[in-house]
Amino acid sequence: MTQATSLGESVVQKEIQAQAQNNGVAANITHTQPLWLLAEITYRCPLHCAFCYNPTDYDKHTHNELSTEQWVQVLRDARKLGALQLGISGGEPLLRDDIEEIVREAHRLGYYSNLITSGVGLTEKRIQEFKEGGLDHIQLSMHDITEEINNFITNTRTFELKKKVAAMIKDHGYPMVLNVVIHRYNIGHIKEILEMAEALGADYVELANTQYYGWSLVNRNQLMPLKEQIDHAEAVTNEFRKKIGNKMKIFFVVPDYFADRPKKCMNGWGEVFMIVTANGDVLPCHSARVLPNMQFPNVREKGLEWAWKDSPAFNKYRGKDWMKEPCRTCPEQDKDLGGCRCQAFLLSGDAESADPVCSLSPNHHLIEKAIEDSKNPVFQAQPIIFRTDKNSKKYASGESRERVEEFHALP
Amino acid sequence: MENDIQHSDIYAIAHHHRFQWEEAQQSYVILFPEGMVKLHGGAGEVLKRVDGKATVGDIVTSLKAAFPDTDDIESDIIGMFDLAVGKAWLRKV
Repeated sequence: MTQATSLGESVVQKEIQAQAQNNGVAANITHTQPLWLLAEITYRCPLHCAFCYNPTDYDKHTHNELSTEQWVQVLRDARKLGALQLGISGGEPLLRDDIEEIVREAHRLGYYSNLITSGVGLTEKRIQEFKEGGLDHIQLSMHDITEEINNFITNTRTFELKKKVAAMIKDHGYPMVLNVVIHRYNIGHIKEILEMAEALGADYVELANTQYYGWSLVNRNQLMPLKEQIDHAEAVTNEFRKKIGNKMKIFFVVPDYFADRPKKCMNGWGEVFMIVTANGDVLPCHSARVLPNMQFPNVREKGLEWAWKDSPAFNKYRGKDWMKEPCRTCPEQDKDLGGCRCQAFLLSGDAESADPVCSLSPNHHLIEKAIEDSKNPVFQAQPIIFRTDKNSKKYASGESRERVEEFHALP
Repeated sequence: MENDIQHSDIYAIAHHHRFQWEEAQQSYVILFPEGMVKLHGGAGEVLKRVDGKATVGDIVTSLKAAFPDTDDIESDIIGMFDLAVGKAWLRKV
């Protein structure tokens, strides 16, 4: 799993939002459909990216994965609820040998399906089968133009492989979507990264500034770039966009820590996104399991329809009734719905408070402190904790509390 | 109009885009990497006639016949083509 735009405000969300406005549907009316289904099909991954937003204790969920039949049922049930866009993600989804079957079923059901991959495990034979099975596109994560940084941040030697996979995707007539997570180590190379994307024939490029959840939160001081670097990166992106026009669409996902207002996370809790995790948990967002006193539904218990419509978890932060001040009376409440519940809890310990990113939040100082800390040479010098099974086991068992103490509910 | 739509032009749904009817939404949608657009009734009626063979003129004729009571339907149709080409949902054949 990379850091997809879906963490923040994606294209999909913008289109839907525009649609909602056109129809005059207010944000607090739960006229909801899980248009986007993200299948986090396994948490196993051959890469060890420092910025991964998967839970730090993911190792717990690697031994009880749903079966092929259970996934097929998930696809069918979600489609009945209105799901259209399917992301097959992880971990590295290609570590499962039944992706071909899942892709075929997705196509049969009418999904627009997307394989979100590091490229590791993609072979000629498999891509051929995906094509025949009706997979619509492949989103490949790239990390940098330099082998050194690619290999460092992923803690693997995957640089050459990614270029080969990009060529394979192109050869098979797929639209090429590159996802590049941006952090301190590659933010200075935006122009070169975009040139590489152009040379590879990319149709879409997502420059996804790191957002801090899971492993990236633990490594926040090591990853966060400076505000000036982000401004520069955005200017370079705009320049490139002008030059390249419609040939390659470039999305620049603005990092929320440097904004005055929070993102409208997931376009609202339980509004358009539904995630089914490797072990069958049904979540309204990627990191929802960090929230306290919440029982998330699991597909092994009641069906997806109950999970989406009736489960207490999906209704908990739907709409605006849960809001506290300053959100409750804020004239901008419909724009961002108070931001991200997980971020509010992780940083402040209160899931119902305003996202600390908001300059109106009483906890905004936490963001300011995080930005200051990330400039502190003492913190910067701490080593990155890579997303490895070994590190995850240590967090899951409680053996390690390294760099999680200041955050509520990590792991 | 930004995209000078001519009656003799022939369009098809753009590569990597899919146009389909959605029962759950009761509308036509266009699906593409990282996105989707729900089309209101009129837009759906136009795009469902776009097949890489019919000219814009053919489609205008067909819609005029299907909706004889709608005033100035032609400029709506051309407007829809203009929008769809601008958004790269359609490609010229």
